[in-house]
Amino acid sequence: MGSLFRSEEVCLAQLFLQSASAYSCVSELGERGLLEFRDLNPKVSAFQRRFVGEVRRCEEMEKTFSESSGVPGGCWSRAPRTRGHRWRGRLCGCRSSRSSWRRSCGRSAATVPPCAGACGSCASTSTSCARASASPVRRPPWAPRRGPGRSPSVSPSSTLPCTSTLTARSTSWLASFTRGRVNAFERLLWRACRGYLVASFVEMPEPMEDPATGESITWVIFLISYWGEQIGQKIRKISDCFHCHTYPYPESEASRADTMSGLHSQIQDLSVVLEETEQYLAQVLDKVVLALPAWRVQVQKMKAIYLILNQCSFDVTEKCLIAEVWCPVRDLTQVQDALRQGSYKSGSSVECFVQRIPTSESPPTLIRTNKFTAGFQSIVDAYGVASYQEVNPAPYAIITFPFIFAIMFGDVGHGLLMFLFALWMVLYENSPSLRQASNEIWLTFFEGRYLILLMGAFSIYTGFIYNECFSKATVIFPSAWSVATMANHSSWSSAYLATHPSLTLDPNVTGVFQGPYPFGIDPIWSLATNHLNFLNSFKMKMSVVLGIVHMGFGVLLGVFNHVHFQQRHRLVLELLPEMVFLLALFGYLVFLIFYKWVKFSAADSLVAPSILIHFIDMFLFTSNAGNLPLYRGQVPVQTVLVVLALASVPVLLLGTPLYLCCQQRAARTGRPAPVTAEEQEPLLEGQEAGSSVNATKEDVESGGHGPDAKHLDFAEIFMHQAIHTIEYCLGCVSNTASYLRLWALSLAHAQLSEVLWTMVMRNGFVRLNYVGGVVLVPVFAAFAVLTVAILLVMEGLSAFLHALRLHWVEFQNKFYVGAGYKLCPFAFAPNAWE
Amino acid sequence: MASLLCCGPKMAACGLVLSAWGVVMLVLLGIFFNVHSAVLIEDVPFTEEDFKDGPERIYRLYEQVSYNCFIAAGLYALLGGFSLQGRLNKRKEYMVR
Repeated sequence: MGSLFRSEEVCLAQLFLQSASAYSCVSELGERGLLEFRDLNPKVSAFQRRFVGEVRRCEEMEKTFSESSGVPGGCWSRAPRTRGHRWRGRLCGCRSSRSSWRRSCGRSAATVPPCAGACGSCASTSTSCARASASPVRRPPWAPRRGPGRSPSVSPSSTLPCTSTLTARSTSWLASFTRGRVNAFERLLWRACRGYLVASFVEMPEPMEDPATGESITWVIFLISYWGEQIGQKIRKISDCFHCHTYPYPESEASRADTMSGLHSQIQDLSVVLEETEQYLAQVLDKVVLALPAWRVQVQKMKAIYLILNQCSFDVTEKCLIAEVWCPVRDLTQVQDALRQGSYKSGSSVECFVQRIPTSESPPTLIRTNKFTAGFQSIVDAYGVASYQEVNPAPYAIITFPFIFAIMFGDVGHGLLMFLFALWMVLYENSPSLRQASNEIWLTFFEGRYLILLMGAFSIYTGFIYNECFSKATVIFPSAWSVATMANHSSWSSAYLATHPSLTLDPNVTGVFQGPYPFGIDPIWSLATNHLNFLNSFKMKMSVVLGIVHMGFGVLLGVFNHVHFQQRHRLVLELLPEMVFLLALFGYLVFLIFYKWVKFSAADSLVAPSILIHFIDMFLFTSNAGNLPLYRGQVPVQTVLVVLALASVPVLLLGTPLYLCCQQRAARTGRPAPVTAEEQEPLLEGQEAGSSVNATKEDVESGGHGPDAKHLDFAEIFMHQAIHTIEYCLGCVSNTASYLRLWALSLAHAQLSEVLWTMVMRNGFVRLNYVGGVVLVPVFAAFAVLTVAILLVMEGLSAFLHALRLHWVEFQNKFYVGAGYKLCPFAFAPNAWE
Repeated sequence: MASLLCCGPKMAACGLVLSAWGVVMLVLLGIFFNVHSAVLIEDVPFTEEDFKDGPERIYRLYEQVSYNCFIAAGLYALLGGFSLQGRLNKRKEYMVR
């Protein structure tokens, strides 16, 4: 059968990869996405693995890519294939050359600010020199006032030109540094040189960019004039300590002017050079940005391949990498083909090959789905991934899930809205704006678009059955009830009509009831006051019938499991008592329901028996005089059924454990026990242990006990079987009642729908003049919004949840274990690389 | 016609959907009221007096409600037209996003 019925056969295989061609082989396998690699070095930390250097390099490259461009990844539909090591080297070189370009541009930019600063300060100080007579020499404010004769620099009247009268040569230094250290520098200079200097500090008008750090700092330029060589050396040392940029300050005006013009021309040249460099850099970066997404994908693939190679182990001769993989048996030839291609691409002469190895572990589950079945498989997997080769409930869920949803949601109008919404999503499913939205809730709806499509379609069907369209009945066929006949027969007078607000249409009167409505519920019921009385009876019985059919189907599915795992004794010892119990009690209830529907009509409505009382009497072995029997011989039949059901309980409880006990005893006394049962022991353990949702892999794999341990396990088997029996028998009763939620939710939906119509929409019809038409517009808008918000979203989610619960608990606990784990193949799928 | 609604593409899409639903549903409702469907009796604003002298007065009430429904459907068609215009205009104005 197709793979949706049960999971595929998966085997453990070993890949023998030549060291030279390992990379390209793994790359080929990644492109095809067939295998799941197992980690052969689990005890080795990430830093001690063989290819940790390559992985680190890839991560560095990824970091450079992410910080050098904010361009998000475009569409990955044509993701490039990985290339070899040499290409990676080229990529590294490209990236480093780009960063070095940036640095060199930055460096050339760095030489400009000081020159510009020097020029600027030159200009400002030379202008200040020109007006030196007017400006007093700046004096450190904290220096103590000395006597006028103490140092010439203190005197307020001395100006710069006065220095030329002094004997020593005055040389000036022009320097610049950051503003924060000005005070400290001043203080140190003053203390060190004891006032034998003239310093003037000018702050630069606009901040400039520091080439090393890139932040803009305001520079302070100062001009120091001093006497004496020693002082000069001191000043030089101090300014070196403070990391000032110092420049010589020419003495004469002419040379100053020369220097200025020289600096100006230098600035101009440099700025031209900078501009050109910036343009070139921009061009290079543009080209890189175009190629960046492809590079990024390449690097990601490379990293993934190295991570996989880290999981392989080297053999003794160090020439061959061994990898252990889980491989679907069907794909072994494809794997061999991929290995052959990989070896050919890397140019090695020796081929890599794959070899299947036996294992006692339980392999992972692989179920191949297409875009339609993926949604249904995912809701089954959300409960628990199927155990290896267990029967898969998903193909049945494709029909039963939307149907059970629709029973709770039945309304033509709402179903149609849901169907159209899903149809829009399905028709536009290839549009990238729908696929790549970032909103998680939208993505959840989009993933389940086929689910919603079927749910909507089935809801339209059940809406026609319940005859509800936005809570109004549709009169497709003429109603089967005739009020006129009843009125004529009873000759209701006006007085009678005035005093009796509700009138009964008696179906026993000929002509009033003309037979059942062809499809669905008669529209006259929407006008009747005892509408709910009729519908409740109908919906409750329907829910019970559907529930028992669903559960019976679940029990029957166990047949496939028992046959496949070679446990035929379970067919007789478990399946049979389970079916007998279910059918004898609840199958009989279904029979009673249908029998009463068929056999009893409106003529016997006064004396019709109550099924509920009969059912209770069946268990209590009593009888009720007022309750007529449904058919002759009802009491003995019921007694037999109850006895059968009670008898099946001990068979279910003790059958399998006793059988296994006998088998084991036979094996121990030396008689050759059937090999199949022994081999399947581990699986049996797994089946028993994995009856809960959260059974881990260890539980399933806990096979392989020695024969001595089997004696202890007998107690475990017994206990598990006892739990299973109690769960099943009590579950039959409680789960049948649980299906009554189908009735409850459909009632809630119908009532909510009616309330919305009565309280919102009806207000739009109240006004009879033509203004009413205008009033109807906002009223309808409110009705529409509330319908979508309350009835579609809230009720839809609620019905979805309850349908899901009915599948997960009531249906699946009859046959499903769900203790497996998924096969996660190593693949470069496009949507995995975002 | 300029985009009078001055709202984004999503609002225009909502308006379009609402208008389409409104037109279809109100036209159908109008037809059903016009045919004097018994199922809709509760929605017709009748009084005690209207039940005298045969069903004619009830039928007139039915027809008036149906005309109101058609008017509302027409208004929704206009609204849908505006939304459509707005969407088409916006689409032309938008650069490649």
